[in-house]
Amino acid sequence: MCADQLKRIVRTGTVLLFISLFVSGVAQAMPAIQHWTTENGAGVYFVPAPELPMVDVRVVFAAGSSHDAALPGLAGLTNGLLDQGAAGLSADAIAERLDGLGAQLGSGSLRDMAWVSLRSLNDAEHFDPAVDLMVKVLSQPDFNPQDIDRERERTLVALRQSEQQPDDIAEYHYFKALYGQHPYASRPIGTEASLKRITRGDIKAFHDNYYVAANATIAIVGDIDRPGAERLARRLSAALPAGKPAAPLPVVEPLTKASEEHVFHPSTQTHVMMGAPGISRTDPDFFPLYVGNYILGGGGLVSRLNEEIREKRGLSYSVSSAFLPMAQAGPFTLGLQTRNDQLDEALRVLRETLQRFHDQGPTEKELVAAKKNITGGFALRIDSNSKIVEYLAVIGFYGLPLDYLETFNDKVMAVTREQVRDAFRRRVHPDLMATVIVGGNQ
Amino acid sequence: MRLALSAMLLACSQTLLAAGTVHEYQLENGLKLVVKEDHRAPVVVSQVWYKVGSSYEHGGITGLSHMLEHMMFQGTKNHAPGEFSRIIAENGGEENAFTSQDYTAYYQRLEKDRLPVSFELEADRMRNLLLQQKEYDKELKVVMEERRLRTEDQPTSLTYEQFAAVAFTTSSYRNPTIGWMNDLENMRLEDLQGWYKRWYAPNNAVVVVVGDVVPEDVLKLAKKYFEPLKPETIIPPKPRREPEQEGPRRITVQVPAEVPYLLMGYKAPVLKSAGEDWEPYALEVLSGILDGGDGARLTRNVVRGAQVAASAGAGYDLYDRQEGLFLLDGTPANSTSMQTLEAALHEQVKQLQDAPVTDEELARVKAQVVASNVYQKDSIMGQAMQIGQLESVGLDWSLMDEYVARINAVTAAQVQAVARKYLVEERQTVAVLKPLPMDAAHKPHPSLPGDQTHVR
Repeated sequence: MCADQLKRIVRTGTVLLFISLFVSGVAQAMPAIQHWTTENGAGVYFVPAPELPMVDVRVVFAAGSSHDAALPGLAGLTNGLLDQGAAGLSADAIAERLDGLGAQLGSGSLRDMAWVSLRSLNDAEHFDPAVDLMVKVLSQPDFNPQDIDRERERTLVALRQSEQQPDDIAEYHYFKALYGQHPYASRPIGTEASLKRITRGDIKAFHDNYYVAANATIAIVGDIDRPGAERLARRLSAALPAGKPAAPLPVVEPLTKASEEHVFHPSTQTHVMMGAPGISRTDPDFFPLYVGNYILGGGGLVSRLNEEIREKRGLSYSVSSAFLPMAQAGPFTLGLQTRNDQLDEALRVLRETLQRFHDQGPTEKELVAAKKNITGGFALRIDSNSKIVEYLAVIGFYGLPLDYLETFNDKVMAVTREQVRDAFRRRVHPDLMATVIVGGNQ
Repeated sequence: MRLALSAMLLACSQTLLAAGTVHEYQLENGLKLVVKEDHRAPVVVSQVWYKVGSSYEHGGITGLSHMLEHMMFQGTKNHAPGEFSRIIAENGGEENAFTSQDYTAYYQRLEKDRLPVSFELEADRMRNLLLQQKEYDKELKVVMEERRLRTEDQPTSLTYEQFAAVAFTTSSYRNPTIGWMNDLENMRLEDLQGWYKRWYAPNNAVVVVVGDVVPEDVLKLAKKYFEPLKPETIIPPKPRREPEQEGPRRITVQVPAEVPYLLMGYKAPVLKSAGEDWEPYALEVLSGILDGGDGARLTRNVVRGAQVAASAGAGYDLYDRQEGLFLLDGTPANSTSMQTLEAALHEQVKQLQDAPVTDEELARVKAQVVASNVYQKDSIMGQAMQIGQLESVGLDWSLMDEYVARINAVTAAQVQAVARKYLVEERQTVAVLKPLPMDAAHKPHPSLPGDQTHVR
């Protein structure tokens, strides 16, 4: 495991912090999404995939760190504790049963959402007991004091580890600079003071409030028929109280002035993150901004930023820009890393490249190339069950239309140069951006 | 138990039907083509694997294979620098490349009808790379930035790099794949030109195609694009076989960091080097007993039970080209010393030597292997990777079809036997990351201003 991670080197790996799940496309290969709502209010999204004898299930809640309120780290700690003891079964007992079934139970949380996922063989001997464990973990976590203490300690170690990573440090300061008092400013992993303060009561209350059917989206993909999927969704949902959907997050205030923050870190490179609050999932400017960003810095090795920073000058291994659409305005971010003494040059080229694109927009040739990539690569983005189940969860969670994928390519093709330039001028303000600089030379 | 087992076997046979079979071809110039059908989605992954990587290098030229990988995107007689990536992008494709100890590989993921685009470009850069000074100078800077990003500024990666250089004396597995910084600084364009000519030839390459394709059509395409290429005389690298290790080795790595880290490795045979070919499979099971799932021993006993580690893991790769390492690693819990963590990991090793693993544990590892074998088929990229990794180290791709049966045949006694034979002090290397303060006094470049962490 560690060996694999340490031995191999991948060439291009651009900054993956800001991947958007929705990268593109027309649903040429995707069967229609089946959608219904369970009796107590969970939205279900289902795509049958009978080719492999397995099922993927993903249950998503509006229970990310933006709901931490005064206790940063609460959402993450709650999510991490779900499978550490449930319905009287110990963490060991749950893990051993899952291992013995060859089932893979996963969980995680971001700023907007938290989830629990299951991948299992689909025959009844494997699937039924695996789902039974998933139901217990979702609905009856025990939150034993000794498990809370252990997971709290482990999270504190992870927090300290992130303090030795320049990219993590930059991200922390960057979100603070962009979001101020908004819940998105809160660090998902939490703070030392907050993690030490969180009680069992806080965790229990968080679970009671947010892990409820009306706040849940259930995504199912695999070798299971419609009646089977309905039974599965009912089983998962019925175990949860009906509850209420999470209250909507406050609207994000735009930045009113530029800022630049330097944080010392004893590294050989300086990491730069620059940007501002961007767009939400349902923003009407999504398509022109998405297509435009592909040209500016989203298109991997062929973007303008990559050309100027890496291909022409060799200043950075990885440079990119991205919109991360969220429930409220997620960040629009440009990022790179460079040898400490090259910071000024890298920053200058980064800003000039953004400014030029902002002022002039793309060329016709660039726009055509971008559309060819985005629309021509659609099939790749839904070529596995694991990718499809993530798409379904996002469609359900953000309330996107069921034909979102089918109409995606048409909307991309309809984008004009003028629309891109207009959207960038209205929505991206190079003179009102926060810049966070982390490294060893300042 | 019997019922469950028959269900597993059923699951396997269904999977084989769904995933299609593997077809293998050899072109006249020695290029090997392996095609696997997967008709679930109208896509294809195309990969070219070259039998060269950092374990083919020697002191002074480390990083050459990886640098050449970068230069493969920097222009040929027929395509300008960067054009490769532009053409793939305009075809809706996604591409990348990677270098390891044992191989260098390039891939494109494309809509199925675009396979000729991949073959045309890959065949071109297999023999026609230009390797020009201007692109070389710039790309070397990029690789140095990559080294800073992935190694210099990553305390655990830095620890692994130093660890490998001590664990192996003569074996080329001591070389960092990205190369030592000083070797990068002294690399020359002529070194790359020689390396390219020596290893980039059809008879040193394997093309792997997985996806919604007809094997005979792929063969026709391969003949059209790759068969005109001339083969090279390939002289294999010297074996540089590692001498017997005569006792434990230990290093300390002191760099600015927040959290300590422990890495332990034991020299262990791999499928290619093993006298007894059941041993690597027993080591795989051993790795599963320690770290296969959240119910495995390291998490159960060390993280949750004794609570001396915040995390702990085990790693072993039976498909390495040369004798490798069985690895254990761990991060201590907040109040735990490194001595306590190390003792706890040793205790786990000792338990494996003293008593056979239980039937239940063995059954859990095997159940996961059987299920994973199904799950892996959800990714066409993953399926292609398996074939390419095996073929590029000189193993037959069909070994992947044997894997489940070979794991199922491993007994508790065999697991205990490999623990006793290989996880022993004489074969061990330990590296300890000892954090230095993260303040300015310990920054890597002493010539820089020495002020404290500050925000402005």
